[in-house]
Amino acid sequence: MRLPAVSGEWIDRSRSVEFRFEGRTYKGYEGDTVTTALWGADVRVLGRSFKYHRPRGVLSLANHDTNAIHQWGDMPNLRADVTPLVAGMDLTAVNTFGSLENDKGRILGKLSRFLPVGFYYKAFHNKRLFPMWERMFRVMTGLGRVDVSAPRKRTPKAYDFCDVLVIGGGAAGLSAALAAAAQGADVVVVDENARIGGAAGYQLGNDATRRRTHAELLACVAAEPRIRVVTATYAAGYYKDHWIPLVSADRMVKMRAGSVVVASGAFEQPAVFHNNDLPGVMLASAAQRLIYRYGVKPMQRAVVLAANADGYRAALDLLANDVAVAAVVDLRPTVGSAEPLARLLAQAGVEVLTGSCIVEGVADAAGLCAGARIASLGADGKPVGAEREIACDGILMSTGWAPAANLLYQAGTRMRFDTAVEQFVPDVLPDGVFACGRVNGVFGLERKLADGARAGSHAAAAAGFGSATGDALPPEAECPSHPWPIVDHPAGKNFVDFDEDLQYKDFCNAVQEGFDNIELLKRFSTNGMGPSQGKHSNMNGLRILARLTGKAPQQVGTTTARPFFHPVPMSILAGRGFSPERRTPLHSRHEALSARWMPAGVWQRPEFYQRAGESRLDCIRGEAAAVRGGVGIIDVGTLGKLEVIGPQAAEFLERVYTASYANLKVGMTRYAVMCDEAGVVIDDGVVARLAEDHFYFTTTTSGAATIYRELSRLNTMWRLDCGIVNHTGAFAAVNLAGPKSRLVLAKLTGLDLSAAAFPYLAVREAEVAGIPARLMRVGFVGEWGYEIHVPANSGGALWDALMAAGSAHGIRPFGVEAQRLLRLEKGHIIIGQDTDGLTTPLEVGLDWALKMNKPFFVGQRSLAAVGRLPRRQKLVGIRFPADHVGPVPLECNLVIAGGEIAGRVTSIAFSLAVGCHIGLAFVKPELAETGTRLDIRLTGGSLVQATVAAAPFYDPENLKQKEAA
Amino acid sequence: MPWRLLRFALNKKHPEPRMFTPHAELKPSYDVVIIGGGGHGLAAAYYLAREHGITNVCVLEKGYIGGGNTGRNTTIIRSNYLTPEGVQFYDESVRLWQDLSEDFDLNLFYANRGHFTLAHTDSALRTMRWRAEVNKHYGVASEVVGPEVVKEAAPMIDITCSGHAPILGALYHAPGSVARHDAVAWGYGRGADQRGVEIHQQTEVLGIDVEGGKVKGVQTSRGYIATNKVLCAVAGSTPRILKMVDIKSPIYIHPLQAMVSEPVKPWLDPILVSGSLHVYISQSARGELVMGASLDPYELHGTRSTLDFVEGLTTHMLEMFPFLSNVKVMRQWAGMADMTPDFAPVMGKTPVEGFYLDSGWGTWGFKATPVCGKTMAHTVATDTNHPLITGFSLDRFRNYALTGEKGAASVGH
Repeated sequence: MRLPAVSGEWIDRSRSVEFRFEGRTYKGYEGDTVTTALWGADVRVLGRSFKYHRPRGVLSLANHDTNAIHQWGDMPNLRADVTPLVAGMDLTAVNTFGSLENDKGRILGKLSRFLPVGFYYKAFHNKRLFPMWERMFRVMTGLGRVDVSAPRKRTPKAYDFCDVLVIGGGAAGLSAALAAAAQGADVVVVDENARIGGAAGYQLGNDATRRRTHAELLACVAAEPRIRVVTATYAAGYYKDHWIPLVSADRMVKMRAGSVVVASGAFEQPAVFHNNDLPGVMLASAAQRLIYRYGVKPMQRAVVLAANADGYRAALDLLANDVAVAAVVDLRPTVGSAEPLARLLAQAGVEVLTGSCIVEGVADAAGLCAGARIASLGADGKPVGAEREIACDGILMSTGWAPAANLLYQAGTRMRFDTAVEQFVPDVLPDGVFACGRVNGVFGLERKLADGARAGSHAAAAAGFGSATGDALPPEAECPSHPWPIVDHPAGKNFVDFDEDLQYKDFCNAVQEGFDNIELLKRFSTNGMGPSQGKHSNMNGLRILARLTGKAPQQVGTTTARPFFHPVPMSILAGRGFSPERRTPLHSRHEALSARWMPAGVWQRPEFYQRAGESRLDCIRGEAAAVRGGVGIIDVGTLGKLEVIGPQAAEFLERVYTASYANLKVGMTRYAVMCDEAGVVIDDGVVARLAEDHFYFTTTTSGAATIYRELSRLNTMWRLDCGIVNHTGAFAAVNLAGPKSRLVLAKLTGLDLSAAAFPYLAVREAEVAGIPARLMRVGFVGEWGYEIHVPANSGGALWDALMAAGSAHGIRPFGVEAQRLLRLEKGHIIIGQDTDGLTTPLEVGLDWALKMNKPFFVGQRSLAAVGRLPRRQKLVGIRFPADHVGPVPLECNLVIAGGEIAGRVTSIAFSLAVGCHIGLAFVKPELAETGTRLDIRLTGGSLVQATVAAAPFYDPENLKQKEAA
Repeated sequence: MPWRLLRFALNKKHPEPRMFTPHAELKPSYDVVIIGGGGHGLAAAYYLAREHGITNVCVLEKGYIGGGNTGRNTTIIRSNYLTPEGVQFYDESVRLWQDLSEDFDLNLFYANRGHFTLAHTDSALRTMRWRAEVNKHYGVASEVVGPEVVKEAAPMIDITCSGHAPILGALYHAPGSVARHDAVAWGYGRGADQRGVEIHQQTEVLGIDVEGGKVKGVQTSRGYIATNKVLCAVAGSTPRILKMVDIKSPIYIHPLQAMVSEPVKPWLDPILVSGSLHVYISQSARGELVMGASLDPYELHGTRSTLDFVEGLTTHMLEMFPFLSNVKVMRQWAGMADMTPDFAPVMGKTPVEGFYLDSGWGTWGFKATPVCGKTMAHTVATDTNHPLITGFSLDRFRNYALTGEKGAASVGH
């Protein structure tokens, strides 16, 4: 039911919003949340509890009503208490069987005696039957449904900066913001609610001065240009160095703050009594929010359970808004500081029962709150004497608070339990983090303003603005939280954790079973493990554990608070999604030639070029044949391309590569192998000496980034007089290879290409097709050829010129697969394919590339040691008979000897040039002799035979690199 | 409903005894002191008592049992490793796992869901074939399957991964399972406790006395213990303990993070791992999506969470499962992974007589809990390395005899 318009309410009654819930149509107002619209329409059951499927209504109206979780289309787990109402919503309660009203899961409530804490650990584990039980559990478990056809949402992310970030726009936070701004700091105030003001806007006690203070505070903030207010946004976590994600419905803003004021307030905590979960039983602050923010009448007639002045104020707020108050039940023997408020209530005819408790909530036939059973509290804190039932359709629980200290914990704050306020308060705060208001144990409105001003001033000073003024306040006059708002009941159903349906006795039983430490208790009972992450249950859980173990709360301690403060949608965290992919400057050329792409690290490379009507294998073999018989061209622009320049450049390369580079002549190149400290091969490439102090060298495609990083790291340690530059993206590169490559190149360059002037393994700088280029005579694919490197923006022109010049000679572009075949014929290894995470150069026939007698290279010491040990394995060539029929092994099929694993195939392909299947394989040293017959196990399990053969398979004398050839 | 739950309804009082006996004081001496009350330490205590009759044992835990990496991992159990040593070792572990709930009379929710390691590149497929072949050789069910098999097991997956990293195939490992991690520590703890082992929580080791190369005793925050045998099973704290006995190791510590979503109705049955996207995911018995990724890229002795981690992990997760956009991440956390250069553990005897090491468990320790307990109990009881762990000894680093398991790490680290 709606109240008449309430001053300052957040809804717009001129804009009605129609929506559906559980198949029925309702109307709310713009500004409503789903819960407030439903409650305003007199819907009392908003969802079912997780374990027992009990009907639940409003609890907190503060983002931890985790029993009022709804599904709207592809949106699972909407928290109805804080989800803004949208026209056309079609909502259902989650995890019901049948419907919310007729939930077949209700039976579980009846079975609760069979299902004590941790019951699922104690049964269902018969090995044969467990899968069946598990299937059943998987039907019962979980909340909302994921719609697997829902589209990917892409939301923006933004970065932001401020001098002082104030988290929480209540009285303390706003006061802090004003103080910090007054000292010259740029301040951002973030608040998860639709509007700022916090409890100052609804915990009024029907007191006009409080209302005025609230209004004045908002006016001051609005008038302060240095304050930016961000509402409907929550600080989801605290990460090191004041790095704080601010999450709203449509984005994440990553805020880097100079200093941080945590003014996140406190969560009101439920009292624990039988049936404290009936729809109609709610936290007092929830009722006050319903009234003052949404103009919703929380109930017709209430009993208020109090333990300090807050409850009395809530009762006055009810009275002022046409809710009858049947009684105020105060857990304390006297009314304490609430005396003047109690008098006001008495004048209105409200009965105040001190030294009393609510033993149970009384349910009507529909399971809604219909009354409260009251008893006196004995000296031992347990109910005594006759019980009395008071009819009411709602109960307000106002017995205490728990600090919303999650972010403080994440920031590394040391907290201590303060018995004056019965809560944890910050003891030692990290640098640049400040706390004020209720999270700091400060409750009175005026006190919160003062505490905020202090924290704001200190935070501004910490960020470099003005000087810190103000001291910590003296302790609170009256304790805002009752130390034991808990009443045991033989029938149980006195809930501590509403997410997980945990009752008081569950804690007793868990402790009895030995889970008597706060962390173990959490894990065994699941207290605080549900969606609200203990916001309304950790404090009472801690109190119960302390009492059961005879410890003080300080000794019991708390569980670790981890991000997130409230759960964050994955799309918000992922943002737009950024998956970079690198393309060489020749990408469009390959596209035009119908390249089939394959990923190579972050790059896309042509695997082969699709020719109309030809199979993949035909294409690859055709490309290889073109290289062997004429000329081919391959884009090798993905290779890492580095330069090292400086007087000690040669010395640097001596240390990072295994071979010698000090004696490399200017104008020459040399194959280069890099090892790690353990002597394991990690990369290879070609080093070219362009000048005495200037080297240009390549790395593998996948290694480029890591090798550059590692080399930079090494020289940071060594401090050699040279610089390393990563040119990988700055150069385009092609390999022009084949017996006719020289003819093609000669058309485009004035460079003398004779073997005498430009011998094998030489490097030259010259123009090709008018483009300044570096040319290296390399032989990776086993033919006469040139690797040509040009500035990236000339790559296309170079390609086009070579293709045009080569057309008369049948030039054909070739892809990675043809290159793999060609290099295999030549017996060249590919790092990562023909090596693994333990392979040393000694095992793959690279002994010749090791200069063990130079003073040092990375891995040298290990290789010296490994060299003295027997080899574990050797990489050998293998070949199959030319007339082999049937399947051949795949790469990584195993070599088997004597029934045991004796090696594996690392590369294999059919070679037209050789006329049979050839490959490389690791084998045990005793099998490495040429001519040895190897058994290789196919994937299906059968064995095929191959013979160890000398590699290279093609042109073993390297005649192709000689001019006469 | 099983009959055994009846007793809860029929009893007035909760009929369950304490799982772990509290002990007011430490004894002056024990036959064996186990440092670390995680799954590994408790399992070793359990098998020492059960298989070797050694019950004068205490387990020292500076926090609470199962509070380290036992309670922080993503609970995946598999044996599809790469080296013969690894495959045989983890295979024995899986065999033990399968009977553990019945052994303990405690339901560990050991759920066999099947495990797919997705390949997005041909080089990944090659490594998977290698793993599959070695696995099959030792009788472990593993096979390389095509994308259509992945699609059948998880029909909702975007097989192209939003076009960035098409799934070319997968290593399918049928025995892949998940279990309720905390309960594993409780089961071993209770079993050890019932057999006379003392578990001392909130008891920190401050020093280890070594005389003439032999262990003599342990200094703790609650007094001195004389003992000739110490087993160290402390994961991320291994370097600290090794310092006490002056042993050098190549172990280095990186944080490993994970996160969990709010509970949703189960939609994902198998365990999925993508090496290229560096993510893995399974759905727990509570309906939460348990998700992890690769190690943090720096050494750090701490368990701090980072925002980068969840940003990266969610990005990749949405490439595979775009429809999870609206699912909320509830919690993130971190553990300290004791990494080794070859991604295999460091186990067994050490240069200090009576000091035994169960370490180097990096990101792969949970699944090995039972077999570690069993083999370390054997090693401690007989002062001889169990045959299954000879490939994992500390001196392999000195002898250049590494056991290379990097290729079998769940995601690229």
